[in-house]
Amino acid sequence: MGVPRLAILHESIRNLYFHVPMWFAMIVLFSNSIYFSVKSLATQSHEDDLKAVESVNVGVVFGILGLLTGMVWAKFAWGEFWSFDPKQNFSAISLLLYFAYLILRNAVDEEQKRAKISAIYNIFAFPMMIVLIFVLPRLKDSLHPGNGGNPGFNMYDLDSRMRLVFHPACLGWILIGYWIYTIRYRISALAYKYL
Amino acid sequence: MRKIFLTLILLITTFQLFAQNNDIEMADALRSNGKIYIVVISVVIILVGLLIYLFAIDKRLKMLEKKSDAKN
Repeated sequence: MGVPRLAILHESIRNLYFHVPMWFAMIVLFSNSIYFSVKSLATQSHEDDLKAVESVNVGVVFGILGLLTGMVWAKFAWGEFWSFDPKQNFSAISLLLYFAYLILRNAVDEEQKRAKISAIYNIFAFPMMIVLIFVLPRLKDSLHPGNGGNPGFNMYDLDSRMRLVFHPACLGWILIGYWIYTIRYRISALAYKYL
Repeated sequence: MRKIFLTLILLITTFQLFAQNNDIEMADALRSNGKIYIVVISVVIILVGLLIYLFAIDKRLKMLEKKSDAKN
């Protein structure tokens, strides 16, 4: 598929099909996680708790991949691997929030308590992640498209050629993330049942 | 004398032209071919990252299989 011809970006504009869907997959997995966290508070069921954790586990991996691909892209578009762009910083912080979630879980031994504490932590972490990634970078000067007065990527894609690839790519990566999550969940459900 | 002077001036102007042709952007291999290799690097990062993760999951499953074999 053809892409718009742009200075600085050149062909690296195709990174849009790989870097951005990583974050979408992460957000879908984290949304899935908070859904099961709330559900586990209501039902007290162990399965819902496991689903919430495994969802975060996979989401964090996608977040790290998004960060790494973003850093490589930033090196050749903005000049630095890490230029302390608000969106870079805040997405790193929101990943740290979820690392804290995983560490918090491991710190509590008692099963019921662990489910409750981590579910409540998750309910706080999710809106913070959304605010950090989607709200705060928009208020500051940012190098990211669509933030701090910069035009969004859809501005460059006037004839919607990229969308034909971008939307299926997003769907595909999200489904891959969800699939890995179901595999992880099934393994840990088995481990819980038999061991 | 004038000829030498003229050649010198011409030389100096051409030097300047050379300098203008040199862009500062470096890491040339990655900036060549319209920076397509940045996309390649991103794909490789994602592929390697997901493969490592899948192998880690595979290891966990193997351990589970071993344990359940021992039990049965």
